[in-house]
Amino acid sequence: MTQTTMTRTLVTPAMRLRANRVILYAVVLFLCVLFGFPLFWTLMSSLKTPAEMFAFPPPLVPAEPQWANYYNVLVIPRIPVIRWALNSTIVVVLATAGTLVTASLVAYSFARFEYRGRDALFLITLATMMLPAQVTLIPQFVLFHKLGWINTLLPLWVPYWFGGGGFAIFLMRQFFLSLPRDLDEAALIDGASFFRIFWSILLPLCKPVLATLGIITIIATWSDFLGPLIYLNSPEKFTVSVGLQFFNNSPEVGGEPMQHLLMAACILSMLPVIIIFFLGQRFFVQGIVMSGIKG
Amino acid sequence: MHRALWGYVFALPWVLGLIIFWGGPILASFYFGFTEYAVIGSPRWIGAANYVKAFTADDLFWPSLGRTFTFAAAFVPAAVGGALVLAVLLNQKLKGTNLYRTIFFVPHLIPAVALAVVWTFLLQPKLGPVNLFLRNIGIENPPAWLASRDSALYSVILINVWAAMGGNTMLIFLAGLQGVPQELYEAADIDGASSWVKFRHVTLPLLTPTIFFNVVLAVIGALKVFTTAWVATKGGPSYATWFFALHIYFQAFQYFRLGYGSALAWILAAILMLFTWIQVTYSRRWVHYEGG
Repeated sequence: MTQTTMTRTLVTPAMRLRANRVILYAVVLFLCVLFGFPLFWTLMSSLKTPAEMFAFPPPLVPAEPQWANYYNVLVIPRIPVIRWALNSTIVVVLATAGTLVTASLVAYSFARFEYRGRDALFLITLATMMLPAQVTLIPQFVLFHKLGWINTLLPLWVPYWFGGGGFAIFLMRQFFLSLPRDLDEAALIDGASFFRIFWSILLPLCKPVLATLGIITIIATWSDFLGPLIYLNSPEKFTVSVGLQFFNNSPEVGGEPMQHLLMAACILSMLPVIIIFFLGQRFFVQGIVMSGIKG
Repeated sequence: MHRALWGYVFALPWVLGLIIFWGGPILASFYFGFTEYAVIGSPRWIGAANYVKAFTADDLFWPSLGRTFTFAAAFVPAAVGGALVLAVLLNQKLKGTNLYRTIFFVPHLIPAVALAVVWTFLLQPKLGPVNLFLRNIGIENPPAWLASRDSALYSVILINVWAAMGGNTMLIFLAGLQGVPQELYEAADIDGASSWVKFRHVTLPLLTPTIFFNVVLAVIGALKVFTTAWVATKGGPSYATWFFALHIYFQAFQYFRLGYGSALAWILAAILMLFTWIQVTYSRRWVHYEGG
């Protein structure tokens, strides 16, 4: 018996399966490092001293974590980080509330009422998802300019109170369609108004999809960059995302190296979205699955 | 009150939204495209001059368009292919799958600005960890990444692929994979099919609608690439990352050529529509819908 046939008889299918598993775990771990390292590195940098930032080679982990960086980033003169966070919060809360309220109302109309032009209206709704924002951006800028809303937060949240956008309406409509009609018909016979049926019967059942839509809107509006970049021009009006890049482009502010503080600011800017994602991960993944696959 | 009337009442916010934020702006933007307009004053009709200028007299027009296509040609296969690989891995029922999925997804959550800032540091030519690592494994002259004209475009592609692979694209693939009926795999097992044969002849054909969906979305996203390039390089060095969306932004909001910017936006819209149409038409050849 030769060496090769020996080994071949010794490798059972179970062993091959196990070898496959080992390779799979190795690949997954490698990918985790690849995807996790930038965030880990940012976190570590945010805890370094300026000297450690510029040491060669830079240490991976700070000798002594500088938690004070997180306090210092909030109190740099001329960089009002707390003000930006407040502005972002105002935009996120008002935009998300607007989306949840108006998208569910419009979706209720699309799912439960029959009227002339409804299907055409729904088709237009789907079509708006395809059009690039660039086309409407310039006239919207002109509109907000004429209204005197430039350099205010209004352009960043008011539009969300007009249906919340095609995707939000589509997502809510799909969910309303999955709720049994008997529910509203029974309530109707009992004399409930349409708004009451919507508010007290259907909406409570929509909690999972409202959570999904809420999370998606929070993440999108917190991270939105182009809107604030176009509409805001004085630093005290900035949101976090547009403020952060202003920070990056102003090395002269304060006169001393601030890279470690910039890293702390980056971590702070990611924190709200990451927390929201972890709190709502279950809904979020479900929502994507629901909306993405069943067209 | 009549039932249909209530339908109109509940749809009213969106009808107003369509008129104010979509329909009106679309008509206005189409009109602006034929005018010279600088916010102050009123638009002045100049016919097709903006379009003529774009195609014949704008030095940055064709290069920025070409760059955007290069970006899309590299980004779409890498991001969609990568997302598929990640989804297949996560579908292997390994221990800790939820944790891996979260780690892959987190880059997608990072606000684009923070992402660009962080990667500017990671890819820093001298002190950045990426180049330190490359020097440690014996590469003596690693690229200068975002700082060099030759590598800036590829660096921006790299950052975007990294952020997109584990995001929604991956989740949508995961959902698609979970929709593949187990019986088909069992039948293939009886025939003694290898993992690769099963993937190639069972998984992939059933996944084509999902692949199609993801490719269309990725193309649309790629042609609109803006934030990472804007924050990390401002379109430089020497225009190496000056994408079409940056060109529109600069024209409209830095130089306040709103008429010209509108014309450029419509050219982008036309390209997007053309691409989507081509994909939808061509998809009939390779996308298989069950029972369709």
